[in-house]
Amino acid sequence: MTYAFFPGCSLAHTASAYADSIRLVAERLGLDLREIDDWNCCGATAYFASDLLAAHALVARNLALVDGDLDQVVSPCSLCYVNLRRTQQLLDAGETLGNQVQDALAAGGLGYRPGRLSVRHLLDVVVNDTGLDRIVSEVVRPLYGLRVAPYYGCLTVRPGTGFDDPEQPASLDQLLQSLGAEVVDFSLKADCCGGHMSVVSAEVAYSLLRRLLQNATEQGADLIVTACPMCQLNLDAYQHRVNRHFGTDFRMPVIFFTQAIGLALGLSAEALGIGKEIVPASPVLEERWSGEAPAPERAGRARHRRRGTRLPTPGAEGVSDG
Amino acid sequence: MDFERDWVEVPPMSREDARDSTRFPAEVMSAVPGGDALRRCFNCGICGGSCPSGPDMDHTPSRLFAMIQAGLRDEVLRSNTPWFCVACYYCTVRCPQSVPITDLMYALKRLSIQHGLCEQVDGPDFSRSFMATVERHGRSFELGLATRYYFTRRPLRLLRLAPTGLEMLIKGRLGLKPESIRDIKGLRAILRRARALSGAS
Repeated sequence: MTYAFFPGCSLAHTASAYADSIRLVAERLGLDLREIDDWNCCGATAYFASDLLAAHALVARNLALVDGDLDQVVSPCSLCYVNLRRTQQLLDAGETLGNQVQDALAAGGLGYRPGRLSVRHLLDVVVNDTGLDRIVSEVVRPLYGLRVAPYYGCLTVRPGTGFDDPEQPASLDQLLQSLGAEVVDFSLKADCCGGHMSVVSAEVAYSLLRRLLQNATEQGADLIVTACPMCQLNLDAYQHRVNRHFGTDFRMPVIFFTQAIGLALGLSAEALGIGKEIVPASPVLEERWSGEAPAPERAGRARHRRRGTRLPTPGAEGVSDG
Repeated sequence: MDFERDWVEVPPMSREDARDSTRFPAEVMSAVPGGDALRRCFNCGICGGSCPSGPDMDHTPSRLFAMIQAGLRDEVLRSNTPWFCVACYYCTVRCPQSVPITDLMYALKRLSIQHGLCEQVDGPDFSRSFMATVERHGRSFELGLATRYYFTRRPLRLLRLAPTGLEMLIKGRLGLKPESIRDIKGLRAILRRARALSGAS
């Protein structure tokens, strides 16, 4: 299956580790990602705060540039994914605003035939098209020993009607479990990293990041695995500013889900872009990643869910916990 | 949020202002496809309760919606609430009345700039710098954007961010020169036409 691939601007630089690992993993898993020729920026959130029609027209150019033989667009960036998807839905609905976007496209010598494309997130394609069975069959070094917090961020699963539950998504959890990792109960897994909030208020941005880092740390995670370049950038590059601001001491590496797959597939960590994080992942990988099936209960590590502390419920008296 | 004050003072209005204020709810609702769902808002407050930056907003989203219905145009458009929206869509998926809340926040940002009532500086400035980069190259260029934006607006913050920036540069996570698309003229023509159409409607 061949997909039209929309990498998004961040994959060129800030998320180059994502780009590296996607290329290697896609090759190994037989995912044919054909980059949309001459694609442009999706506009992030800036255009929607300025001119709705221009915002959709900017995105629509990318849809119009998709090769005629392809019917699915895939993006690894959650913000690009949401923007592409919303413009596609607008154009397919064929109402006034959509028709005006078509009009704008024509000024650039382009057009889009409504209904010809569906837009998908790379995580969706990997989990649901490639499938966990296929991925597991290729695993040579399971992620045994690693405790990971799966972080979807907001736009991977919202505004909804996508491939996973908008509040309690599970696809990344299942993927990481099938790679052999121990997935911690990360209750803020679909909460927001703040996006561009650091521009408007660094204070608010830092407190959003702190909540996430705190939650993952409390659950005993060794690292956070994400499916969004913005989430990775914020959690990774601002982590020491968060520490300085709140007097905390988080050292939580944040990697992309394609890097996690690549590691389990036995690909070289360096080729997968491990080492490009600001908070290095290699110490954790060296220390915790055993490559051996875990013992049922490891001694010496904090278990957050304590036994025997369940709240009493009517009719449950005397029932032993667990 | 100011919990002491649970009402909004309405200044005396001229006849013209009064006319504008009665038109205001329709103006907001028509700025977003499906925006008329706002009529169904019964101020349950799930939006504000779901909002990660709610505590920093001067009005909660549901109070802002009540203010829109009441036609308090200037107060609404001066509010910082839309600018503190991180566009995470929690409120949108939770709203029992299916109000496209996040999209309405974007619309309020647009209207506040259009009406010259926007009191936020950093958000609109950053957006303008971002759009200028996109319209020059067709792609975003982090290093150019960050240095230009922070150098001209927030030099101190640039200094604080410099060590991380340098580390990212060394690790190959910041490009030194922008990537440009081939058909930048076509892109500009599309945007020009789109803006002309928005202006006309």
